Amino acid sequence: MAKAELMDYDLAIEMYEPVLGFEVHVELNTRTKMFSDAPNFFGGEPNTNITPVDLGLPGSLPVVNEQAIKYSISLGLALGCSIAPSSRFARKNYFYPDLAKNYQISQFDEPIAFDGNVEVELDDGRVFQVSIERAHMEEDAGKLTHVGGSTGRIQGAEYSLVDYNRAGIPLVEIVTNMIHGAERDAPELAKAYVSTIRDIVRSLGISDARMERGNLRCDANISLSPRGSGILGTRTETKNVNSLRSVERTIRYEIQRQAAILAKGGTIIQETRHWHEDTGVTSAGRPKSDADDYRYFPEPDLLPVEPSDALIAELRAALPESPLLMRRRLKADWGFGDTDFQSVVNAGLLVELVDTVAAGASPQAARKWWMGEISRTANDRGLEAASLVTPAQVAALVSMVDSGELTDSLARQVLEGVIAGEGTPAEVVAARGLAVVSDDGALIAAIDAALASQPDVLAKIRDGKVQAAGAVIGSVMKAMKGQADAARVRELVLVRASEQ
Amino acid sequence: MITTEQVAHLANLARIALTPQEIDKLAGELGIIVDAIAKVSEVAGADVPATSHPIPLTNVFRPDVPGETLTAAQALAGAPEHDGSRFKVSAILGEEQ
Repeated sequence: MAKAELMDYDLAIEMYEPVLGFEVHVELNTRTKMFSDAPNFFGGEPNTNITPVDLGLPGSLPVVNEQAIKYSISLGLALGCSIAPSSRFARKNYFYPDLAKNYQISQFDEPIAFDGNVEVELDDGRVFQVSIERAHMEEDAGKLTHVGGSTGRIQGAEYSLVDYNRAGIPLVEIVTNMIHGAERDAPELAKAYVSTIRDIVRSLGISDARMERGNLRCDANISLSPRGSGILGTRTETKNVNSLRSVERTIRYEIQRQAAILAKGGTIIQETRHWHEDTGVTSAGRPKSDADDYRYFPEPDLLPVEPSDALIAELRAALPESPLLMRRRLKADWGFGDTDFQSVVNAGLLVELVDTVAAGASPQAARKWWMGEISRTANDRGLEAASLVTPAQVAALVSMVDSGELTDSLARQVLEGVIAGEGTPAEVVAARGLAVVSDDGALIAAIDAALASQPDVLAKIRDGKVQAAGAVIGSVMKAMKGQADAARVRELVLVRASEQ
Repeated sequence: MITTEQVAHLANLARIALTPQEIDKLAGELGIIVDAIAKVSEVAGADVPATSHPIPLTNVFRPDVPGETLTAAQALAGAPEHDGSRFKVSAILGEEQ
């Protein structure tokens, strides 16, 4: 594809005000689907987690999942929304085989939650208010695989294969109002906003919220308003941006691309665009057209949802602390400095740390592993750290180091094994034979051999030159292939030297 | 009043092929239906809230408990084309909505 012309970012911001808007889709982790009792599980054998409802077979009728309603209300409340006393479902009609019914059940004019506000904290601690227009319930669509053609994309495909396992998984779509005033921080705000939504749904426990798995998907809208004109620009909508970093990069790229077009007197086409992670560009997709005439009408198969005040009050009372308040509390509890704490937040690893600490690790050790070895591996592989290991595994690793069963360097090898899918830390230790040699007999034998081969060192130690022991410790550690606790070796070297 | 343009537009969105004669005829018939519904609406005063359902029922829910699912073979039984596990459809120039 032709590379788009980009304007220098600073110049673009000088000439235009970026106006943002986001649609974030959250897959709820209920046990069953939104309107059928098929398991809410995408993956496994295609077309096995489906019922006649998910295929829209004649005679099948959808019934609303009560848990999905409760989760949606909780999410609405956590977003500071009002909960509609009465909301209903609607049919969004379109022809595309990702849904077999030729419509998606969604909410249109009566969403379950509306008029909210989310506080979003930027890296430097500034708090930005993002106003929420609505949060509505809908069903996810099936997964299409395009076959034929060279690219695997739809252009040039000969046919498509459809797996409906994902069809009907409950979604909540969170729509913001237009966001003004982010200025040059627009890309960072975009990332922080999606990160905040992720923190909120995770704290509620209503979604796995793994962007790389599509549990949480962001469509980013952006337009540029020429400074001083007071006129809104034409927006583009970049679909399914699947990592926090990509959200940031997408916004930055679109600002530079749109600015270059506008500065030349061109016009922005209102269209859907696609983000390409590998090349770092967006490309044009479908222009807005007749196809967007979805002819919504009330879903006749489903009845209105009218949550009682008592239910709303109960869910409100059960809301967890907001992520922003929780951050302030955790920082104090853990005794982290500003920089240390903020780096964890910026890395999006706060929840991992909380869970690792809850599983028994000290905050310092949890931070060390998540921000160190795990993040490095994740960066090298272009993955999210949270996708590599679980907090419980990290806590188990920390506990083995604390008990002296592993040294730091052994623990790194164990971590590598856990990431490679070799099992729990204990299983990796057993399979790879990585445990520290804590058998003093084996250590003493190695120490005696080392002392015997380095009589000059032995003499120095006997003369009280304790630093000389380093050479012996080194050769013992080497003989033990690093699987010994150096401090214990040192103790034993001094004892043996004095006894010989 | 329903115009022939509206009918042609809707027919296109609904993927229904109509001849110009059919479009003319439907525009007339649909116009009569819309007028009739408008008459009914005149009876409802401002104190009658709009409704999408004729029966005063709300909150019909299902517990979040997994039930029986189809096998892939059952799911694909009625499919004109499949690859043994997935439905096969012609490549459509469109995108996820």
